[in-house]
Amino acid sequence: MKNGNKYKAIVIGSSAGGMEALRKVLSVLPESFEIPILISQHLSPSSDNYITQYLNKLCKLEVKEADEKENIQVGKVYFAPPNFHLLVEKDKTLSLSTDSRVNFARPSIDVMFETAAWAYGSSLIGIVLTGANFDGSNGLKIIKDFGGLTIVQDPKTAHTPTMPEFAIAATKVDHILPINKIGEFLTGL
Amino acid sequence: MKNEKEIVDENIDIEIKLFLEAILLKYGYDFKNYSNAHIKRRLLHRLRTANINSISEMQHKALYDKNFFRLILTDLSINVTEMFRDPLFYKAVREKVIPILKTYPFLKIWHAGCSTGEEVYSMAILLKEEGIYDKTQIYATDFNQLVLKKASDGIFSIDRIKEYTLNYQKSGGKKSFSDYYTAKYNSVIFDKSLKENIVFADHNLVSDSIFAEVNLIICRNVLIYFDRILQNKVINLFEESLITGGFLGLGSKEEIRFSKRFENFSTLDATQKIFRKITI
Repeated sequence: MKNGNKYKAIVIGSSAGGMEALRKVLSVLPESFEIPILISQHLSPSSDNYITQYLNKLCKLEVKEADEKENIQVGKVYFAPPNFHLLVEKDKTLSLSTDSRVNFARPSIDVMFETAAWAYGSSLIGIVLTGANFDGSNGLKIIKDFGGLTIVQDPKTAHTPTMPEFAIAATKVDHILPINKIGEFLTGL
Repeated sequence: MKNEKEIVDENIDIEIKLFLEAILLKYGYDFKNYSNAHIKRRLLHRLRTANINSISEMQHKALYDKNFFRLILTDLSINVTEMFRDPLFYKAVREKVIPILKTYPFLKIWHAGCSTGEEVYSMAILLKEEGIYDKTQIYATDFNQLVLKKASDGIFSIDRIKEYTLNYQKSGGKKSFSDYYTAKYNSVIFDKSLKENIVFADHNLVSDSIFAEVNLIICRNVLIYFDRILQNKVINLFEESLITGGFLGLGSKEEIRFSKRFENFSTLDATQKIFRKITI
């Protein structure tokens, strides 16, 4: 990693078709990957921790459900627990909230993106993947406004293109990448 | 080097600190140890909906306009709740806590941060079905009088009754959920007998002290909004409010392990976050 110090965190939002898309992105990242990753994936409120267990088995990085007040650490991938928003605090710890749904979603991608932008400013990478919603487009714009790097999955390669399309319409995104190139791109940063 | 947006954001954070100080000085409500990200989201939301230009301007308005402050107070309180939220929590209470509570001649239960009261009525139903309601005194507290009023009215929107019925069934409910309410227009009114033994009271976990010795404290999804300092303070308050052998029920993602008082508790159900105060 050439600019290992420039980016301090990656936030990823995904919805319909997200599990497969996340597998493609996360499973190629090496154990030495230097940037912690936070994910809000839309799930049914009553979901268990199947998705984190599944991805943890397939990934070299540790994949886990976020605990409240947890310190964000390199080498880890944190998922918003089902039915909780995941927020980032200025001191780089995680908060959970049961606030109202935002964009019909809890966890909401916008909530995570916006609070992560406050905490990380220009050293944040935001990624919007497949989904049938418009959640994440406003948050990605905020990340861009703060000078962060914005990436959207190429809608043509998305299980459901709506969410990437909304994100592309809302922001002049830095990179539109096919799903199987995103992990590679992140590794090359 | 910070860019323009980052500098503006830094100023917003300063303004929020001053705003919270002003609210504390003027009205006595202390939000300084709440999750910063949470407070900032809520305040910026109010800023946008009230069409105000800056937090500083909003501070002025909150100081001089009490009604506006009440809006802010509701913004900053936690108002999302449901009946039999996390049904398996109520199932665990029914199966593991109630049998022990049954052995006492008289019971006190404290719902701290009860919001609009959905979980208090859930508990009342559970106690009725287990035959111990009549010997129980329930204290339902919140710092927001607006939500307390709603809680004491016991009138809820009909929209979510389907979901609540399902929750009730999953929690091990023994009757038909509709036995407990009357539907009228778009509302349901819960049976008056459910609130006979409930006292709704104004209490702020941040600034108020212990007010009763109780057998069971329910405080779910409130601590997640506090920083560690305030969480520790509130856990101390809970520990002091519980009788030896009393129970504490928290939200599914809440913990007491980090607290010094953790050693005064045993874990009754690690998944449902039910703890029991033990003799030291």
